[in-house]
Amino acid sequence: MLAVLIAHALAALLAPLIFQRIGRNAFYLLAAVPGVSFIWLLLQWPAVRDGQDPTQLVNWVPALELELAFRMDALAWATSLLVLGVGSLVLAYCARYFSPDSPDTGGFGAQLVAFAGVMFGLVTSDDLMLMFIFWEITSVLSFLLISYARTRMSARRAAIQALVITTAGGLTMLVGVVMLGQLGGTYRISELLANAPQIIAEHEAMISVAMALILVGAVTKSALIPFHFWLPAAMAAPTPVSAYLHAAAMVKAGVFIVARFAPEYAQTDAWQPMIIILGLGTMLFGGWVALRQYDLKLILAYGTVSQLGFLILILGQGTADAALAGLALMLAHGCFKATLFLVVGIIDHETGSRDVRKLSGLYRPMKGLFVIALIGAASMAGFPLLGGFVAKESVLEGLLHSVEVNGDPASWIRLVGVLLGSILTVAYSSRFVWGAFATKRSEFADLPVGADGRPVRTPTHSVSWAFQAPAAVLTVVTIAYGLYPGPVETFLTPWVNTFDGETTTYLAWWHGLTPALGLSAGVLVIGLVLFWLRIPVAKFQNALPHLPAGERVYRGVIDGLDRLAVKVTGSTQRGSLSFYLSVILVTAIVVPVVALFLEETPPLGAMRVADSWGQVIAGAIMVVAALAVIKVQKRFLAVLLVSVTGFGMVLIFALQGAPDLALTQMLVETIALVAIVLALRSLPAPVWHGNKDRSRVPRAIVAVTFGVFMMLLAAFSMASRTASPISLNMPKMAYELGNGANVVNVILVDIRAWDTFGELTVVVVAATGVASLLFVQGRGDRLVRRAVAPDTAQLEKIQNRATQALGPDGYRSARNFSVEPSSPYILAGKTVAPEIRSIVLEVITRLLFHTIMLVSLYLLIAGHNLPGGGFAAGLTAGLALTLRYLAGGRYELERATPINAGTMLGLGLAICCLYAVVPVFFGGSIMQSYTLAADLPLYGHTYVVTSVIFDIGVYLIVIGLVLDILRSLGGHVDEQHEDEIMRRRRRAQGKGARIRVTRGPASDAGATGTVTVTREEPVELAEEDSAR
Amino acid sequence: MSVNLTLLVVMGVLYTVGVYLVLERSLTRVLLGVMLLTNATNLLIVHAAGMPGLAPLYSSDVDPQDYTDPLPQALVLTAIVIGLAVTAFLLGLIYRSWVLSRRDVIADDDEDRRVATQSSFIDEEDAELPEDTSEFDDEQLEANERESELRHQREVEWAQSQKHDRENNDRDGGQR
Repeated sequence: MLAVLIAHALAALLAPLIFQRIGRNAFYLLAAVPGVSFIWLLLQWPAVRDGQDPTQLVNWVPALELELAFRMDALAWATSLLVLGVGSLVLAYCARYFSPDSPDTGGFGAQLVAFAGVMFGLVTSDDLMLMFIFWEITSVLSFLLISYARTRMSARRAAIQALVITTAGGLTMLVGVVMLGQLGGTYRISELLANAPQIIAEHEAMISVAMALILVGAVTKSALIPFHFWLPAAMAAPTPVSAYLHAAAMVKAGVFIVARFAPEYAQTDAWQPMIIILGLGTMLFGGWVALRQYDLKLILAYGTVSQLGFLILILGQGTADAALAGLALMLAHGCFKATLFLVVGIIDHETGSRDVRKLSGLYRPMKGLFVIALIGAASMAGFPLLGGFVAKESVLEGLLHSVEVNGDPASWIRLVGVLLGSILTVAYSSRFVWGAFATKRSEFADLPVGADGRPVRTPTHSVSWAFQAPAAVLTVVTIAYGLYPGPVETFLTPWVNTFDGETTTYLAWWHGLTPALGLSAGVLVIGLVLFWLRIPVAKFQNALPHLPAGERVYRGVIDGLDRLAVKVTGSTQRGSLSFYLSVILVTAIVVPVVALFLEETPPLGAMRVADSWGQVIAGAIMVVAALAVIKVQKRFLAVLLVSVTGFGMVLIFALQGAPDLALTQMLVETIALVAIVLALRSLPAPVWHGNKDRSRVPRAIVAVTFGVFMMLLAAFSMASRTASPISLNMPKMAYELGNGANVVNVILVDIRAWDTFGELTVVVVAATGVASLLFVQGRGDRLVRRAVAPDTAQLEKIQNRATQALGPDGYRSARNFSVEPSSPYILAGKTVAPEIRSIVLEVITRLLFHTIMLVSLYLLIAGHNLPGGGFAAGLTAGLALTLRYLAGGRYELERATPINAGTMLGLGLAICCLYAVVPVFFGGSIMQSYTLAADLPLYGHTYVVTSVIFDIGVYLIVIGLVLDILRSLGGHVDEQHEDEIMRRRRRAQGKGARIRVTRGPASDAGATGTVTVTREEPVELAEEDSAR
Repeated sequence: MSVNLTLLVVMGVLYTVGVYLVLERSLTRVLLGVMLLTNATNLLIVHAAGMPGLAPLYSSDVDPQDYTDPLPQALVLTAIVIGLAVTAFLLGLIYRSWVLSRRDVIADDDEDRRVATQSSFIDEEDAELPEDTSEFDDEQLEANERESELRHQREVEWAQSQKHDRENNDRDGGQR
């Protein structure tokens, strides 16, 4: 069984590829999958007949006791016949239904074949949860298949409607399924059925509720009132989908569930009333409304609704008679209803309409099709010698028997209801054949009329043999079924035998002159009369007040939900960040405080003022600096004050016995300060106070409350701590297992390497975010496109541009400077305007850069045993690069980094990933570290811990972050700044200036990601200037 | 575990000022607030590590109790670097907002406010649709209609000519 499922899944996965290759004929290949499965199914028959139900069990999620349990009992077997057989035929039909240039046939084929597999899984699964999963997948596939014509609004709307209703039912069912599983103590369906009497006896009321909930799922899926309306709307799907999902297979899922649980659970309280009211109501309602339809597909759709009600009514009785008759009816219905849908598809395909009022005289050009449709409809109406008749006859026998034996009102209601419903069925079956094929007199205004006033025969193409074949096969089955019902009865016997009682009926086309035969004949006659009187009936139907359609109610509910959503969103979503933050903060304060004081207030423990004088001094400075930030007006002063608190943290960390933290905080604070100054230099000096005064007090109240709250939280939670820290054995672990003396570093790269890995990805995302925010189009990783070293011409342009930005005076002195042959200290020094060059800084950079880089490497390697590690080392290297940038500008930075920032981030992350995964291939666990020891000549015994590789990844990522900061907030802002100055100067020069704008080659120096006209202007200007 | 009042007060002040600044409209001040909140939280975690002790550099003759708890340190260390990344990202936002609108202000989101005035009528859900009675309508239908008219005429003509022929034959036969 699993093999069948896998075959369908593979077919679905491969379908798009096959369709690309061989076009629509791929449907034949797909049809082979359920086709072969069908043959396999037939081979399973001996086992099923002998009652040794083939089962299969695969453990899925043992922790949740989820199992892939399958069981092919007789009911599943019989239903699978329908699912796989009709599935195969419908797929074959699709090969001619779609034209070679239909869009998206690959996806459609995949979904349809996947559906066949899922439906097979649904009927064979022996685990309630598994069955529910398949159940929901059929809803999703139905959604996708209905919306095949996604350009049509009707299709989209119908698809969503079907999805909403069936999943709403599905969720209700889930509650029932969980209740049943929990009460029954198992989710295995076969066990639930076997132990049913006990389970019901133990939890009578609850089981009744559970079954009612499960029935709600069945009712929505099988389109019973009041949820029937999604099925007619779903006729927006391509006709093969209607034939398969909405006639033969998916809507039978609800019927199947009823048949599955009826034998054991039909006696629960809610069962019979629900089944009788909804089943009978649906049967009559569907038949009545079908008489009012003009669209052929809608006649069939409402007919299907009616028949589904009929099936559930019969199968819901849960007796042996009912099981035999109901399943016989289900098989017959699957055959004839699929046939009729296929016929409608062909008519629509060949004539371009399904409207009864537009079709006329088709019986002549479509003789073969007419015969097929006639047989199908006759079977539906219950004419003798056909499958439908045999099934209906046994239904009537069973109902009559039940009336004789029991004589209770329910039996009478069932009998009378079924008779009335059958009359309607005969009427709409006739209406279907008449509507599709008959020559109509000028009964409808829409009917095209020829010049002589007679209706025109609807033009059609001839129908190809291959197109009709699937419908013809089903018709042959219907006839064979009617003439030789023996095999069907044999198929159903193992299932019927599982019931307690004996059957009183059997399948045959001739039972003798029985009351049932008389009733059948009566039904046929009255039904035909009803069809004959269609015009008065239509008048009568129109005169009746229309009930509020289910769809209208549904739309009302959805509308109400929409309105509620708008209201809720409108009242909570104010668009003000500070409003949101205030709500979050106030909630964060109120909830824990209430819990703290209402639930249990732990005693506040010991207090100490401070650990050292240094701490007090640092703390005092931080407090003063922080409070001053509020009042300060100047932007940079405020930034500096915040930095003071950061450096205060360094001191506190150092005094707290955390050298790693002190080191890292120091480096970060320095780089952050540089970054802030670089980014904010274009903004005006005063910080803008945008908030009005009246919001200041509430803000202050929130802020102070939050501060006090955090203090309380910290004090209380620290005071109530009793357990010793989990990190007590970490130093020993770090040294003996991780081979590192620096416990913090070993925690980062080994003990809790997963945390670090997650945090690294955050760093990578943020760095990429910064670059994207500044460069907008991509990361802008290369400043000078082709060459790493700018050539002389490029250098000249870069220089001109830089000096230009500083004005004519600057330019003149620049001339003197730039004749100097080379810059001894800084590689790209000539790219910086002389006025802003600092020889002292250049010399210092020259002296220190390599030293700092060496220190960073040392920190990286030594970090495992001494303070340092990848983070500190990366930040140190970043600091060296910062120095390089400050001394030599953006071109210098580019020269200093042969690998660009993006590559560095990616490389770092890749190294970390590899480090995580590689041990698995050597039989270790993810992120396991190893110590490699060796005796080197001269050096002596040495060892390497592999976690240093992880640290190298960290190192690269942190450098990438700093580089991105420098390139974006530094280099890019520089460039914008120069552009700005030049634009201003050009405007000041007035209209007299002759500006020739040409677009240079993209490889020009100075061109970053975007080549814009303004980017080129400075170059031209510079040429003008030099000409002056 | 005893509580260090100095650290507690410093943390409280940093939180207070941080929240106050974060609630402002000026993006720069929001950035400063976020930085203060980061520092305050790091301080909270480090404070929670307990009494200060030796730096956690392993030595076999030290009782593990004597080290400063290394686990919070590892947590704070990555938090510091992420703090830098977040600061840089906010700087990017400030710069972009300055370039685009010459303001460094968090404006109210107009789109958010528009939601409140939105109509509940959605075309996709509520528009009236004509009934579809074919998947193959459009051109084919038109072509069919044209063709049908022609064929009908042909059939009528043919029937008439047949009738005519028959009448003629009858007449001929009668004459013979």
